Amino acid sequence: MMKKFFARFYIGILLVILYAPLVFIAVFSFTEAKALGNWTGFSTRLYQSLFTGGMQGGSGLMKAVENTLVIAIISAAVATLLGTIAAIGIHNLRGRKKQAIMFMNNIPMINPDIIIGVSLFLLFVFLHIGQGMLTVILAHISFCTPYVVLSVLPKLSQMNPNIYEAALDLGATPHQALWKVMVPQLRPGMLSGFILAFTMSLDDFAVTFFTRGTVGLETLSTYIYADARKGGLTPELRPLMTIIFLVILILLIIINVRQSKVRGEVK
Amino acid sequence: MTKRSNWSIPYFIFLVLFVVLPLVLVIVYAFQDNEGGFTLANIGQFFSDSDAISTFALSLEVAIENTLICILLGYPAAYILADKKLNRSAVTIVLFILPMWINALMRTLATSELFNVLGFTLGKGTLLFGMVYDYLPFMIYPIYNILQKMDKSYAEAAEDLGATPLQVFTKVTLPLSMPGIMSGVMMVFMPTVSTFAIAEFLTNNKIKLFGTIIQENINSSMWNYGSALALIMLIIIGITSLFNSEESNAAEGGLI
Repeated sequence: MMKKFFARFYIGILLVILYAPLVFIAVFSFTEAKALGNWTGFSTRLYQSLFTGGMQGGSGLMKAVENTLVIAIISAAVATLLGTIAAIGIHNLRGRKKQAIMFMNNIPMINPDIIIGVSLFLLFVFLHIGQGMLTVILAHISFCTPYVVLSVLPKLSQMNPNIYEAALDLGATPHQALWKVMVPQLRPGMLSGFILAFTMSLDDFAVTFFTRGTVGLETLSTYIYADARKGGLTPELRPLMTIIFLVILILLIIINVRQSKVRGEVK
Repeated sequence: MTKRSNWSIPYFIFLVLFVVLPLVLVIVYAFQDNEGGFTLANIGQFFSDSDAISTFALSLEVAIENTLICILLGYPAAYILADKKLNRSAVTIVLFILPMWINALMRTLATSELFNVLGFTLGKGTLLFGMVYDYLPFMIYPIYNILQKMDKSYAEAAEDLGATPLQVFTKVTLPLSMPGIMSGVMMVFMPTVSTFAIAEFLTNNKIKLFGTIIQENINSSMWNYGSALALIMLIIIGITSLFNSEESNAAEGGLI
């Protein structure tokens, strides 16, 4: 009984500490005061000005959100495609060749993002590629794809190769067998690869920072960085953070409830 | 049947171009002078620059301290979460995973703003606290994952054979959960040793970490010295990842 009490208490304290800053931001998103920590009465004005674009502090926050989403969607989609094709190829490789490509695949996962950023910056300088949205997307694809490869590979080893052969024997063209037999079985791996890639891209700061060039491209991360450097935090960031926090919370709960349902059905 | 192994060729080319070549360029730039000739001066500059050396030492120190604190705080949490008798709620686990999905800069900014309002002076203390806050979930999750998958019968067998609870923990549970701890270490140590923006936020630019120096040099077009510093960090990362055994990769997968 005591053990249970201490366990609950410990978990409770950790959660309070982990969530204090987020709750703090969320509470002060419902007041108008420019300086964080001043309570000037309940108001939803910050939420309104976030969406109507009538920024008090800096404009461009919504543009930064849009850029972040566009980069994340394109990078995750391309990474999923490239990674899935690569995984099918790697699955059929043997020996040294397989080891070599898996070794290279692991590099971006171990490499700190600042090194990825600096090294890609040098690459684009070396190749005389002007930096902007395109280079940021290429950079994001490079660190997202390994996660897709690693999500799809286990699905390939679980797959019964005879099913694919059977489809061919029954008269399916290789193209049909691929789309109607193989892809449906790989889909869960592709989906979790896509979600991982998407969140990795959303979360990135350092790689974007080094590869965006000087064309004034801002993502949410670089916007926050520039904002914090100026000292004054754009008040509209508070409602934005609150919304992002709630969206992720709801998504995660839905995913977990669905997963435990699936597990329950299997049992 | 068409040769399926050929499907890896586009990705192979992509990896060579966007992963291997950039790293080769870091090495090339690190050993080049302004005119493009070979030199050791960039590496030498680091070893003769006492500011850079002390920043480097501080970064290592902060990263090690942060990793240790995360293990000390995270292991009990993961243990409790994985124990069916102590925790039955899936929501608690979601609550611990959730911060991993929120933009790190956003979370750090929220923390430093809270410190400001509470009137804490930003410095080494807040830096460490903020780092622990940022990375604790990344330690808890892999340990939780491995503890949860662990076969309980080992611990029960040890108990039956007369081991005390402490012995069961130190001789059975802890060794079996080492892969989880190792991948937690990778997920915490690597980002902390290389961070730059987070440290700037948490100390109001009072304390510089190694990542910040790399960024400052690259951004002020000191590419050769910046690359030399990046190469030094790369070596540290390489050494650390050698300690990480292959089996610990098993603990990382399955975030969703």
